[in-house]
Amino acid sequence: MEYIILILAGILFATAIYNILQKQLLRIIIGTVLLSHGAHLVILTMGKLKRGQPPILDDSVITYTDPLPQALILTSIVISFGITSLLLVLAYRTAKENNTDNMEEMRGEANE
Amino acid sequence: MSFLHFTILLPFIAAIVVPFIYRSFNHKIHTGWFVVLVPVFIFINLLLQIPSISNGENILISMPWIPSLEINFDIYMDGLALMFGLIISGIGALVVIYSIFYMDKNREALHNFYIYLLLFMGAMLGLVSSDNVFVLYTLWELTSVSSFLLIAYWYERKKSREGALKAMIITVFGGLAMLAGLILLVMITDTYSLREMIANVDLIQESALFIPALLLILLGAFTKSAQFPFSIWLPDAMEAPTPVSAYLHSATMVKAGIYLVARMTPIFGGSATWFWLVVGIGVITLFYGSVRAIRQTDLKALLAFSTISQLGLIMSLLGVGSAAFYFNPGESQQLYAFALFAAIFHLFNHSTFKGALFMVVGIIDHETGTRDIRRLGGLLSIMPITFTIALIGSLSMAGLPPFNGFLSKEMFFTGMLQASEVDMFSLEWLANGCPILAWIASIFTFIYCMILLVRPFLGTFKPDRLPKEKVHEAPIGMLIPPIILGSLVVLIFFFPNILGQYILNPAIASIVPDLEKPFKITAWHGFGPELYMTIGVIVLGLLLFVSIKKWNIAFRVLPENLNLNYLYSSSLENMEKRSVSFTNRYMTGSIRHYLIYIFVFVFSVLALALITLNAIDFDFSNYAYVTIYDVGILLAMIVAALTTLFTRNRITAIVSLGAVGYLVVMLFVIFRAPDLALTQMVVETATTALFLLCFYHLPKLGKKVEKVKFKLTNLIVSILVGVTVTILTLVATGHKLFTPITEFFENAYELAGAKNIVNAILVDFRGFDTMLEIAVLFIAGIGVYTLIKLRSKGSDTDEAETE
Repeated sequence: MEYIILILAGILFATAIYNILQKQLLRIIIGTVLLSHGAHLVILTMGKLKRGQPPILDDSVITYTDPLPQALILTSIVISFGITSLLLVLAYRTAKENNTDNMEEMRGEANE
Repeated sequence: MSFLHFTILLPFIAAIVVPFIYRSFNHKIHTGWFVVLVPVFIFINLLLQIPSISNGENILISMPWIPSLEINFDIYMDGLALMFGLIISGIGALVVIYSIFYMDKNREALHNFYIYLLLFMGAMLGLVSSDNVFVLYTLWELTSVSSFLLIAYWYERKKSREGALKAMIITVFGGLAMLAGLILLVMITDTYSLREMIANVDLIQESALFIPALLLILLGAFTKSAQFPFSIWLPDAMEAPTPVSAYLHSATMVKAGIYLVARMTPIFGGSATWFWLVVGIGVITLFYGSVRAIRQTDLKALLAFSTISQLGLIMSLLGVGSAAFYFNPGESQQLYAFALFAAIFHLFNHSTFKGALFMVVGIIDHETGTRDIRRLGGLLSIMPITFTIALIGSLSMAGLPPFNGFLSKEMFFTGMLQASEVDMFSLEWLANGCPILAWIASIFTFIYCMILLVRPFLGTFKPDRLPKEKVHEAPIGMLIPPIILGSLVVLIFFFPNILGQYILNPAIASIVPDLEKPFKITAWHGFGPELYMTIGVIVLGLLLFVSIKKWNIAFRVLPENLNLNYLYSSSLENMEKRSVSFTNRYMTGSIRHYLIYIFVFVFSVLALALITLNAIDFDFSNYAYVTIYDVGILLAMIVAALTTLFTRNRITAIVSLGAVGYLVVMLFVIFRAPDLALTQMVVETATTALFLLCFYHLPKLGKKVEKVKFKLTNLIVSILVGVTVTILTLVATGHKLFTPITEFFENAYELAGAKNIVNAILVDFRGFDTMLEIAVLFIAGIGVYTLIKLRSKGSDTDEAETE
């Protein structure tokens, strides 16, 4: 199971990077979201998959899955959500101000 | 702090006081009158040291500065340091007196001038008396800095700034090289003390670092003392006020390199590299300076090139003298040490007559308004005293009796003839070439001395070509310092051995301690080759001077660009151009390029590390089973992720991104992570909603078809990243180095009273993370609010401005 997930994470990374290297703001943000999905999957896989029951204490259960990566990912999801929303609003503002969402056209002044 | 320390550090203390004196007294009394007390005080104190030091009782006093690093301000006062100290403070006092009459107290910023001058004086005094190499280096750089400040004293002039910058770049370059050389010496000997280095000279000469240290230290000495090809800064430094040129750029600072070479001779002397480098560069500089001096039309530039030439002379003598360390005490050592003696003697003489000559030129400039020899002439009857000093100075420089230059010139010829007889370092052609080059250089020296003397003072007086109307003799105060120096020039000729016994021989003794007997200076030593050489110089020099107009044209045949200045400035320009074009080439301003640099660098380093460390080692045995559902979800995710790439429709891209998110939720379900699944689902929904909100305002996705190169680069970079991540994580999961701490968290109920372990970790075991995560969300919220709320105001003012 793990190697399939890791290959999937690799594909998510590759598509994320390809998106980030594009010119349009929307694509770049899509890339960052894919990147965080890939990272979350990697963290989860590092703690071994499908070994036991969900980490909710119950007398009948002997082994639980590793709760620590889950806690870490939970934190990470919230943070990346915050950043994504900020990025989206920033992209919206940038496109409004500059009348373009093309990164190559946003170069600032010549003599800054 | 001892009295000697106080004496040497006094200029720094005085430099602090100067601005206060300037503010309170300058409108009544010229600030220079207060400043002159400092060098006079130092000079008298150093004079009092002569009796003990000429008896061989050197003084060593330590003052802690950074004791934990063993960097202390240790003063070691021996004959050499004392001689330099006397020159620095003596000529310093004369220069300050001269500057009182040269610098106008109402028009010039005198406080700046005297602070810089005192800083320089203190640095120079400390430099020659310091025993600690790092203190020596610190003060060495301080002389560079204060020289920079003094050259650019009239900072509103472009040429001053350029000259200062050039001097700074070249001397600091050499200074850093010297620091590296000193550090090498410290590494070899494990001491910071110059004396102890000299005591451990065997250790240094056997070391593999001997040659690098030698070259680096010589680089420092050559740049400071304006040796070929680093001499180019000195003529440009003539933009400084004349007292500064007289003091720094003839008598003291340019001799710091000479001092360093003399100090280091006991360490490096006796090796062929040192001998040939110092002699060779010295003779080339001597020749180059004297030839270039003839072409100058500005008196100060002429003196600058003559200084370069004379410094080359002293340097070459030091080189010849270094052969003394090849021998044990005895006849031969005495013979070569004589060249060292000649070097020290000429150094002293040069300080006297060159200081006087600069002051003379300053007087001419001050009284007529120009230093251009094409406009000057016939000043003899107007300025008889100035002429007399100029006569003494230039004839001494030319090496004629009855002036001190004659004595040292004769000794110079003796030394050079010895160089041709050097039989232990091979290289015969060079050995024979040295005296011939030196002799030709002396002829040129004679010619430019004649130019200096004849062109301004003899001939016809041309008042209409001078900027100032009433030309008259300088005020007496301006004449006193050059008169003192001029009389010294004559006095030393008649009584050379007083100087020799009390100052020069102790100085030699501090370089070569085990000499057989002290040297005597004699004005007349029979009809030797030296005398014929001097007569030849005079005869040929006079003939060439009379016919100068005929052969001077030959210089013009040489292309104008064939000089060191052109080389220097064009290489500076080139460096600037290259670095600008280099920076512009990779700093394109495109985020995409920077991202490519970052990704390619980081991930190729990781990939290379994996390959070179042979770390690619998969272990699939421990992995969980795969079901058909898993495969289905995975395939769906891959399709959804790839769709975001290939679609040209914004909504399709957003929806497939949402699909990836919800499929991740399903993976979380499969992997027994209920909290994650819940959160991910909510967050994904919110994110998608946000995307949909934004996309309405964003332009449509690309209708433009990108170039193949663009796509291919993106493809290669993203595949590199994807593959590296996969391999890296696969390798990492295959190796469990230690058991996880999971079991501890299973005590969640006993420790935290919670049955949900993940929630217990979030709010109890690792509550801090959560708190800060809340802060992140809070800040993001404020950011979003600000971005939206402050828009209208900001854009309004922008529009108002543009309108």
